[in-house]
Amino acid sequence: MKQFQYVRAASQQDALAAIAKPGTKIIAGGTNLVDLMKRGVTAPDKLVDITHLPLKGIAATKTGLHIGTLALNSVVSENSLVLAKQPLLAMALKAGASPQLRNMATVGGNMMQRTRCSYFYDTTMPCNKREPGTGCGAMEGYNRMHAIFGASGQCIAVHPSDMCVGLAALDAVVIVTGKKGERRIPMTEFHRLPGDHPENDNHLAPGELIIGVEIPDNNFAKNSYYLKVRDRQSYAFALVSVAAALDISGGLIKQARLAMGGVAHKPWRLFEAEKSLIGKPATEDSFKNAAQIAMQGAKAYEYNAFKLRLAPASITEALKHAAGAV
Amino acid sequence: MESKTMKTPSVPEGMSRVDGRMKVTGRAKYSAEYAVKGLTYAVMVGSTIAKGTLKAVDTKKAEGAPGILAVLTYFNAPKVPGYQGDTPPPKGPLRLFYDDQIYFNGQPIAIVVADTFERALFAASLVSATYVKGDHQTDLKANLANGITTRKDYLRGQDDAYKTAAVKIEQEYTLPTEVHNPTELHATIARWDADDKLSVWTKSQGVMASQRNIAQAFKLEPTNVRVTSPFVGGAFGAALRTWPHEIAAVLAAQVVKKPVKLVLGRADMFTAVGYRPQCWQKISLGASADGKLTSIVHEAAGQTSAYENFTEGVVNISQLMYACPNVITRYKIIPLNVNTPTPMRGPGEATGAYALESAMDELSYALNIDPIELRLRNYADTDPDSGKPYSSKYLNEAYKLGADWIGWDKRSQKPGSVTENGWLAGYGMGAGMFGAYRSNATVKAIMMADGSLELQTAVTDIGPGTGTAMATIASEVMGIPGDKIRITIGDSSLPPSPTQGGSSVTSTVGSAVNDACKELIEKFKQLDSTATGNLDYVKLLRDHNLTQLDVTTTSKGGPDMAKYAMYSWSVHFIKVLVNPATGVVKIDKAVSVADCGRVVSHKTARSQIIGGTIMGIGMALMEEAVIDHRYGRLVNNNFADYHVPIQADIPQSEALFVNKTDPYINPIGAKGMGEIATIGVAAAVANAVYNATGKRVRELPITPDKVV
Repeated sequence: MKQFQYVRAASQQDALAAIAKPGTKIIAGGTNLVDLMKRGVTAPDKLVDITHLPLKGIAATKTGLHIGTLALNSVVSENSLVLAKQPLLAMALKAGASPQLRNMATVGGNMMQRTRCSYFYDTTMPCNKREPGTGCGAMEGYNRMHAIFGASGQCIAVHPSDMCVGLAALDAVVIVTGKKGERRIPMTEFHRLPGDHPENDNHLAPGELIIGVEIPDNNFAKNSYYLKVRDRQSYAFALVSVAAALDISGGLIKQARLAMGGVAHKPWRLFEAEKSLIGKPATEDSFKNAAQIAMQGAKAYEYNAFKLRLAPASITEALKHAAGAV
Repeated sequence: MESKTMKTPSVPEGMSRVDGRMKVTGRAKYSAEYAVKGLTYAVMVGSTIAKGTLKAVDTKKAEGAPGILAVLTYFNAPKVPGYQGDTPPPKGPLRLFYDDQIYFNGQPIAIVVADTFERALFAASLVSATYVKGDHQTDLKANLANGITTRKDYLRGQDDAYKTAAVKIEQEYTLPTEVHNPTELHATIARWDADDKLSVWTKSQGVMASQRNIAQAFKLEPTNVRVTSPFVGGAFGAALRTWPHEIAAVLAAQVVKKPVKLVLGRADMFTAVGYRPQCWQKISLGASADGKLTSIVHEAAGQTSAYENFTEGVVNISQLMYACPNVITRYKIIPLNVNTPTPMRGPGEATGAYALESAMDELSYALNIDPIELRLRNYADTDPDSGKPYSSKYLNEAYKLGADWIGWDKRSQKPGSVTENGWLAGYGMGAGMFGAYRSNATVKAIMMADGSLELQTAVTDIGPGTGTAMATIASEVMGIPGDKIRITIGDSSLPPSPTQGGSSVTSTVGSAVNDACKELIEKFKQLDSTATGNLDYVKLLRDHNLTQLDVTTTSKGGPDMAKYAMYSWSVHFIKVLVNPATGVVKIDKAVSVADCGRVVSHKTARSQIIGGTIMGIGMALMEEAVIDHRYGRLVNNNFADYHVPIQADIPQSEALFVNKTDPYINPIGAKGMGEIATIGVAAAVANAVYNATGKRVRELPITPDKVV
């Protein structure tokens, strides 16, 4: 890889000042960034290590749960507050990567990880995300892992995170800071669809830093489930994944949250399907109906047509688990 | 999880790995780990097209990078002397920088040598090439009509028996390219000790073969080339040959006049060495209504490279496994713009067994006969090909051991009819066989004054426990404890031994250890003809004023080798759970039973069989190297995207042994077991998936998308 400078940020201000300069990147766990650098996909001049900043805390607030950007994925997934208040997030985290990676990866880094599309990683192949204007290798290539929702003519890559799918379902808010001060971005709007600018994965502005995430309190702890369908039992990205959360009272669904992974350029929240569940009995028929609604507008490519069958089956299955019917 | 360990009672636990402690404490040195003085580092650059002519390689930027000692290409590198006047491509191993032709994507086009590995790697990223592109072909299915026949078609009995069979099964099965991917990356250190003298530390399954190949390439006396490979971190066939990167290290060391280390990256492991070639197969089985096979027709087409023919025994199993009077096999290879395959554990036989044992399962359902019963009705008591008696065969006992362990009696003959906690449960079995061999080996056995024994031979131990088996045999013959025995192996300067491969090393080298130790005992007896019973070696040496006593013994197969048909046998039983909603297949239990003669070293044998079972599970459920045919380039050449089974996929898994001595193959009664551990596993998994779901997946791997 290209030679680069490495500095350790002494403070948040220090980090913000450093990333104001082009060619500078934040590094935390480095579980994705280092791979990208090794493969020549990204070649920063300078890395600013923020792992020593005091942004690791996990604490209950008046309205929810705050998780610092530097909390390790493994720590969050075992945290007693998370397990008690937001078990869906713990399940999603444990479904991601491998124990070794979760021990290094941070919450903010997880959000910032890039797609695992093969064409993005091989610098001899075309990829609009890596090098705008070169074309999309996956569109007519090996696109088994690719999007069925929200893709553009420029890019059909998916966001690889499990954690973000859980956070999107739980109405989490990402807290970022920059020169203009703090901003709060709903998780569902943090990542973006590829459109004409697949090189941009998210709405984080240049020079901004993620400092944490907040999950509002809810009544989903009893009835939530993260289902990840993958080619092997661990250390594999999702073919599809589903985060399902239900608030059930007297056999009827009061509130529902659904999000999918492995299907879009961002965690794919299923608002219409959620609406269809409100007031319905927590039965397989309701779940199947929601799954059908969720699939509206899905579009498959040569190798990922199976997702059109697997996705609704997985939504139904996840809802059954969430409802305690499995 | 239930922790049930059933060992065949007659197999003693035996010795622990003689090198186990060294391996887990990091003292075992692998090829990349030798701190050779003055080391420099080489990195190879691969082509980015799959076929064409290399017009130019731009090395300027790389040469200007810090620490660079040389950038070698076809255009500036000295010719490898042994290539000259040889049969030119396209029919031979890839010759490094031999000509300007590109045969596959990733073919080495440059070697960058620097003072550090990082600098070499960085400079390698600065090398670019221009080509005249040709039309590459990498798609096996699209090229099935373009086969070459390198192996005679086989006919036994009538060629039209299939037509008149009462019950018929005809199906196609495909297996994708699989890559060995041992944990240890291939690595070579080359050091020229003089103009005509070379030391090489390299990952190799056979240091003698590496010595011959490197000596030939550089026109040196073989005795002037010393090849060392005492520890190998898995190979599975990938280190059976001398690869271009090994030649590259030697060539680079010659140019920079310093020792050179070249370690392949994980991505290189897919193209710089070999792999199990993808293969298309068609099986037609004919049987009588009572389940007697009347016809087997087995056709196969496997891929090879555009520059070399690679032939393997894919269809052999259909000629040998069952007592069927009428058998036809046809095999061809399809040249494509890919690197040359190489045997991968169980090699072609594992590919062939997947098809045959799947088809047998399909036949069992067509006949409504239990799959084990169907196999027993077609059990061969003598070799169906040669008519010779077997040296030993207890496969029927293996069927019983495995069936009992897995709980075969719980299997339903009706697919998709058993559920456990909402998952579909299914049982499957598949059998395997592989030739049992014995070749020649020489062992030097040295009894030291302190009563310790050293065994020396050139053989490498790629992980199965060769050294442990050697120590176990010597301990038994000499009557001394295992911790008094030192094993010195993996060095071409030691007495000659065969390459580790083809499940023949324990049979060959173990027999040589046995013979050497017996000869050594005779030599001690000559010192004192009155000595009886357990000899006191220390006293005998002391009494005769000797510091040591040694023998060097060459051991080889006897006339029985020709009289008997010699095979090792295995059967694998798998229980799967399949999620009816998502198509996810989980292995619940797996057991492999080996009929491999006497088990010499139980601990390492058990571990080798379990490893082979897991490799077969990988073959069945997840392993697949994918090429984007538009570019003729791999898209998943890394460990995140190329899936091998990980801990969570590994089920409750057991190895059982029939453990009955083969009286004819060799004096130790042991046959091979490395290959049979994998042969038949993939079919057992596929058959279990069918039993669970009623869905027959005939295209491996069986990923959730194919089941849902």
